[in-house]
Amino acid sequence: MMTIENIKTNTNFSSPLGVRGSLDVKGLTIDAKNVDFYYSEFHALKNINFEVNKNEVVALIGPSGCGKSTFLRLMNRMNDLIPGTRMTGSMLIEGQDIYAPNVHVDELRKEVGMVFQKPNPFPKSIFENVAYGLRVNGIKDKTFIEERVIESIKSAALWDEVKDKLNKSAFALSGGQQQRLCIARALAISPKVVLMDEPASALDPISTAKIEDLIHELKKDYTIIIVTHNMQQASRVSDKTAYFYLGELIEYDQTIKIFTNPEKLSTQNYITGRFG
Amino acid sequence: MKRFFEKLVEGALLISGSVTSITILLIIIFLFKEASGLFHSPVIEEGYELALNKANPVKKLTSYQIKEIFDGKILNWDEVGGKNEAIELVRLSDLTKYYSEAELGSNFENIPAKASELTSKHPGIILFLPTSYIKKNFNGTLLKHETLIPGDFFGGKEWYPTASPSPQYGLLPLLLGTLWVSLGAILLSLPFGIAVAVYLAEIASMKVRNILKPVIELLAGIPSVVYGFFGLVIIVPFLQRLFNLPVGETALTGSVVLGIMALPTIITVAEDAMRTVPRAMKEASLALGATHWQTIYKVIIPYSKSGITSAAVLGIGRAIGETMAVLMVTGNAAVIPHTLLEPVRTIPATIAAELGETAAGGGHYQALFMLGVILFVITMIISISIEFIGKKKYQ
Repeated sequence: MMTIENIKTNTNFSSPLGVRGSLDVKGLTIDAKNVDFYYSEFHALKNINFEVNKNEVVALIGPSGCGKSTFLRLMNRMNDLIPGTRMTGSMLIEGQDIYAPNVHVDELRKEVGMVFQKPNPFPKSIFENVAYGLRVNGIKDKTFIEERVIESIKSAALWDEVKDKLNKSAFALSGGQQQRLCIARALAISPKVVLMDEPASALDPISTAKIEDLIHELKKDYTIIIVTHNMQQASRVSDKTAYFYLGELIEYDQTIKIFTNPEKLSTQNYITGRFG
Repeated sequence: MKRFFEKLVEGALLISGSVTSITILLIIIFLFKEASGLFHSPVIEEGYELALNKANPVKKLTSYQIKEIFDGKILNWDEVGGKNEAIELVRLSDLTKYYSEAELGSNFENIPAKASELTSKHPGIILFLPTSYIKKNFNGTLLKHETLIPGDFFGGKEWYPTASPSPQYGLLPLLLGTLWVSLGAILLSLPFGIAVAVYLAEIASMKVRNILKPVIELLAGIPSVVYGFFGLVIIVPFLQRLFNLPVGETALTGSVVLGIMALPTIITVAEDAMRTVPRAMKEASLALGATHWQTIYKVIIPYSKSGITSAAVLGIGRAIGETMAVLMVTGNAAVIPHTLLEPVRTIPATIAAELGETAAGGGHYQALFMLGVILFVITMIISISIEFIGKKKYQ
């Protein structure tokens, strides 16, 4: 029977540099150095240095337009889709420079999953939504797909609600259920890192609480980067918090420190709600 | 004052809305009214009679049998249910073969008597002459004036409206011609159109798209007669040489020209459908490690399936109703086509070519209106299916 590890060794994401993580001297999952990013003329990110350890939850906070979502999307090269963008500096994930010319972007995205702001299930059944990532990665083994789908839906704390209607359309689910389905979909391909772009901003408080509980659970197996506008959410779910302002990473520290004793005045003003 | 103006505008809108609906309804009613007369029109040309010998057991002939007899294809009465007797075909002009001009009279005043005499003497005769020459004491059987039955029209294999004495209004060659040409057109244009739509929506750069899209939309604005001219001058000789045909005006030529004409519709509608696929849907697919191509065929095409189907159906609609270009390039032979490389004639081309030559209210005229009804029904089925497909989106 095929296992996740088998699939991973079958992919050639890590092959250009040999054994995965061999260059990762510091053992970091994400290591961004001197990252600058431009939308045509607009300088959106300025000299960002950012490190994340394995199984950490990092919250990216800051006012709208500060560049936190842009930075998040740099980690799975989603910004490649926008014409006229340019990046300098380096972005290492498990020691691999993901902007190196020999990296296949689709291979990268299997390692770095993403959950979007609005739930965006495919117009397919619940089962097929979760199986999609496996199928596009060439997995044909039916029993494996089935097991993996069930496992992922369970990990996304959705199983009890959908176990009887796996063949129903994903659009029949509520917004909160759809978002958890999207998380299950992202987990199905066993990424190393899960990026979440304001995953609860379109949801009601109860669904939001469920997603937050889920993040606590997922932390055991995944490294999670979450963009949020909700300060309480950042303080509840994250180990570390990064505060962005006008394209700069102003302060990045343990969440508890950022929220109780920030070093910079700008950070303090933002988290106490004086602006933003 | 303001209220008054609003009421006025509302009233004007209501009137224009109802006037349009009523006009359309009137056109449809007119079409059906004119066409409905077809099945009351006589099988034998009006003002003429067909006379048989009294001893001949045949009392009626179908429209098709009459035509076959006068074409010399049926030569013996036993083929139409009579005795074993050769058919002797006599038209008015043939009377001079049997009688001298003196016998017929200087003003042809003796024709009625001689026609009667001839009919009674020849057991195998079928005489075709104007009603005015048939007098009361005529010694022979006159064929009953049957009316056209629906089977003659819907099942008729020949379209020969000027045949004398019995015009042939067979739908099949025209219907099949229309369907063959349209089917060929859609088979040629659909794969190509969808490929271009995918290219424009997903692959082409903004720059290429900004040039290509207006050009393709411009194609839709070219008058069909220009397409017909292009087909006649370029495609007809090309296909003639390619397949070594006696004539290049074939169903395939019509299909190629119609296919080109349907392309802008198919491309525009399909591309619009693909562009309405939410960005979030594409990003979700890409974020799961799908390649661009996997995203296209696993997400974008399924998501825009109903739009693509509408594109196909609209393309078919355009192909079926198109008149001028087809008229110019298909050769217009009203015969049932066996291959795409034979000349065919389509329903719209027939109406356009023949309506000017018909007498209003005559059988031919009514038959053309009946063709219009058939065309109307086909396009209505197509429109209804578009509605149906449009509603059947993934819920």
